Amino acid sequence: MSVNDRIVADLIKNRIEFVTSVPCKQLAGVIDKIDKAPEIHHVPCNKEDEGMGLCAGAYMGGKRAAIVMQNTALGVTLNTLATLTQFYRMPLPMLISYRGEIGEPVACQVEMAVHTKALLDQMLIPTYHFHREEDADELDAILNHSFMARKPVAILTDAAFWKGY
Amino acid sequence: MIRSEVIKSLIPVISDQLVVCNIGLPSQELHMMDDQPSNFYMLGTMGLSSSIGLGLALAQKEKVIAIDGDGSVLTNLGTLPTIGNNEAPNFILLIIDNGSYGSTGDQPTYAGKKTKLADVARACGCDNVVECKAEEAPETMRKALESDQGTVIVCSCESGNIKVPVIELDPVVIRHRFMTEVEKRNAARGQA
Ligand SMILES: [Mg+2]
Repeated sequence: MSVNDRIVADLIKNRIEFVTSVPCKQLAGVIDKIDKAPEIHHVPCNKEDEGMGLCAGAYMGGKRAAIVMQNTALGVTLNTLATLTQFYRMPLPMLISYRGEIGEPVACQVEMAVHTKALLDQMLIPTYHFHREEDADELDAILNHSFMARKPVAILTDAAFWKGY
Repeated sequence: MIRSEVIKSLIPVISDQLVVCNIGLPSQELHMMDDQPSNFYMLGTMGLSSSIGLGLALAQKEKVIAIDGDGSVLTNLGTLPTIGNNEAPNFILLIIDNGSYGSTGDQPTYAGKKTKLADVARACGCDNVVECKAEEAPETMRKALESDQGTVIVCSCESGNIKVPVIELDPVVIRHRFMTEVEKRNAARGQA
């Protein structure tokens, strides 16, 4: 099973029925699979904080929701994470393309990479870093953890994990 | 008419509907005038009322009204293409357009100048965009609810505020009682 298929299978296993996304090259394959999965309603959004609003609404409507996004957008979501997701105590798995790590061809991406973990740490968001393909073995448990704790969790997936794009 | 009067006039029409209400004074006014478990009050996160409302409408069957403001829609303009491209016949976005950032002291917005939010919504792909005057708000909302079509209402009113107390409900209480209400209504619909 490809890593993209495994990720989507874990989303479905955890009864995630609503996914919003802002694309990233590294995430193109998984977004495509999410879009095609009949179990998941995929609603592309234009900005990540908007997407988190959609997820909050879907969750209150009884559907487990997740967001797929790039780490460079983390900054624009901080207020939403604090005053919506965390303040109202809602779960939110964030599958994040961790751009700017080893293997990154675009220098500018490193500028947000160096802040990514520090920002997530400052926001007290449980963070998991997928570097090798077998790290994805833990995805099922991480998703479950987000819904159990009703907290956002971040899954950072770097270039080595995606084996280049 | 100012926004609080528009909200007051809407209460007979929206009291029994699922309502997601914008941050600041709109939520405080609705909470003061007609607190209901079917109301979700935003205590923060400017701009996301329409996004929360759309997500809720797409996830379940009951009708959803998102009360938003001109300033908040301008903050999250990306919401309009998402609304325009994701069909939700049970979603009504009410933009109360007073041409100002009411909650922060009525500083003017661009919607009160050259920007026409109804035209922006249409250009973004929203099919049913209705403009109305403040005094027409209840009738316009009643028609939108009856139409079973996703609708964006842009309701113009005057700027100005009344004194309202802050909402002291805990956010988790707001969220929990709202979710309980959503679940109950959908379960009743399943049995009907
Ligand atoms: Mg305004």
